[in-house]
Amino acid sequence: MDWLELSPDEWVAVRLSLKVSFWAMAASLPAGILVAWLLARRDFWGKSLLNGIVHLPLVMPPVVTGYLLLLTFGRRGPAGAFLYEHFGITFSFRWTGAALACAVMAFPLMVRAIRLSIEAIDQRLEAAAGTLGAGPLTVFATITLPLALPGVIAGMILAFAKAMGEFGATITFVSNIPGETQTLPSAIYTFTQVPGGELGALRLTLVSIALALGALLVSEWLARRASNRVAGL
Amino acid sequence: MTLQVDISHRQGDFLLETAFESAGSLTALFGPSGSGKTTLVNVIAGLVRPQKGHVAVDGRVLVDTASRTFLKPHRRRIGYVFQDARLFPHLTVRQNLLYGRWLAPREAQKAQLGAVVDMLDIGHLLARRPALLSGGEKQRVAIGRALLSAPSLILMDEPLASLDEARKGEILPYVERLRDAARVPLVYVSHQLAEVARLATDIAVLDKGRLAAFGPTADILPRLDLFGGAEAGEGGALLSMRVAGQDRAFGITTLRSQAGEIVVPRLDAALGTYVRVRLRARDVMVATAKPQGLSALNLLAGTIVSLEAVGDSGAEVRIDCAGETVVARITRLSATRLRLEPGMAVYAVVKTVSVEPAGAMPVG
Repeated sequence: MDWLELSPDEWVAVRLSLKVSFWAMAASLPAGILVAWLLARRDFWGKSLLNGIVHLPLVMPPVVTGYLLLLTFGRRGPAGAFLYEHFGITFSFRWTGAALACAVMAFPLMVRAIRLSIEAIDQRLEAAAGTLGAGPLTVFATITLPLALPGVIAGMILAFAKAMGEFGATITFVSNIPGETQTLPSAIYTFTQVPGGELGALRLTLVSIALALGALLVSEWLARRASNRVAGL
Repeated sequence: MTLQVDISHRQGDFLLETAFESAGSLTALFGPSGSGKTTLVNVIAGLVRPQKGHVAVDGRVLVDTASRTFLKPHRRRIGYVFQDARLFPHLTVRQNLLYGRWLAPREAQKAQLGAVVDMLDIGHLLARRPALLSGGEKQRVAIGRALLSAPSLILMDEPLASLDEARKGEILPYVERLRDAARVPLVYVSHQLAEVARLATDIAVLDKGRLAAFGPTADILPRLDLFGGAEAGEGGALLSMRVAGQDRAFGITTLRSQAGEIVVPRLDAALGTYVRVRLRARDVMVATAKPQGLSALNLLAGTIVSLEAVGDSGAEVRIDCAGETVVARITRLSATRLRLEPGMAVYAVVKTVSVEPAGAMPVG
């Protein structure tokens, strides 16, 4: 069974993928919750536009999203130049850029899951909290967010899984640099492009499947616990 | 403690236009469904913003459209017990109870958790979650939660409507305790006259968005014209009577007021305490002479004050019994045969009596 053992380079790709996906998920979570809440609970001018922009990466070719990111967040792009000059942050050809690409691609899935669970919350409970003296922020923190927890967890796991599989936008934006931006999908792609890479591709494929399956099981378990709690059991 | 309401609010075809000022410890908003009761409490709570008008509690203005004042619900400190309880499902009973208390300004907190829990008998529920409570238990917790948020007024929107008859009987004593002990005025929405007669110190009768009548319960209840539909026949006199005697051998209690004496099945009440006695007009007969050989025990002597035809066949007789008015609903045929007319001395024969503890009812 020696062929199942990952080479050091392959381990690097696995660890990088986990790191990129975790940060893509964690960094976009606050924005995801905010946007989901805005779409679920507020009416404002430009709501349809916001909804459209959030969902755009879902329907656009990933290469297009990656190229747009390169244009805006590349070293010479408007946002990229600003961030570099003022904060010394660089996205292009760095793992942080990979995380940004994954976050953008996963954002619609995260927002959708959280939004649906916020919409399912009985607004009369929020009104009841209001009559007990809770202002909008307190209502959100003590009623809305805890009750939406199953959806938030589902959104986080979905975003993580999506980030683990992101390929097109990442490779367009930050290329395919081993140890820096070469995530699992990029590594598998590279293996398939070189003679004798079949075994490596197969090993990383198995790792991908295992991680995706694990994420699903953990999310099921967490969501069931959270929804029991929300249902008061 | 006063509640001032003067509002005009249109919702589609429905116009709510009501003004009253109540200082009672329990003001009932009474009327059939669709009469605007819930809209009115939602205006008081701040969940509905009226197009025009003014609402104040104890002089503190909550809404005043003229000066563009509108306090958000969370700044009003008005407790609200909803028809469907609305307990927070993810919190335990204890956390639900303390939710409003935790948010209330410290100096306003009068009610203690222990005292409220004792008053409502919910001590054994504290660790549970709302999903495992019965309907009646949920309502008791909801009442406690509202009370602990240190409100200056508590609104109760048909808190018994979702309960069956047995459960309703379970909750009513707690509402009475709240009315008499908590020193927080209550506004109680109901479409059931029996509930209102038992609980209210004052009644505002709403009909299609308008105030049909407002006044102390004892003045409103005998006005049979106010109560139509399902509640027709529920109206009648409300007397405040004193427990004057207990007869253990026959299991009966004698109640007395200036109107006379009434005998009821044994009441568990001390001599001298006051009780609320409701004499429904349809349970009162009229006799021109003292009846002999009649099983009904309760006779009140008096003189007819007025006689009015009601509907096709009914007649409403008001009898003055030594200063207290008793109302009888009889047929017009009987009234004609007996040649009843104002000024005539008669006996009111009472078939059924419902007795409630008097509590905060104005006595004497």
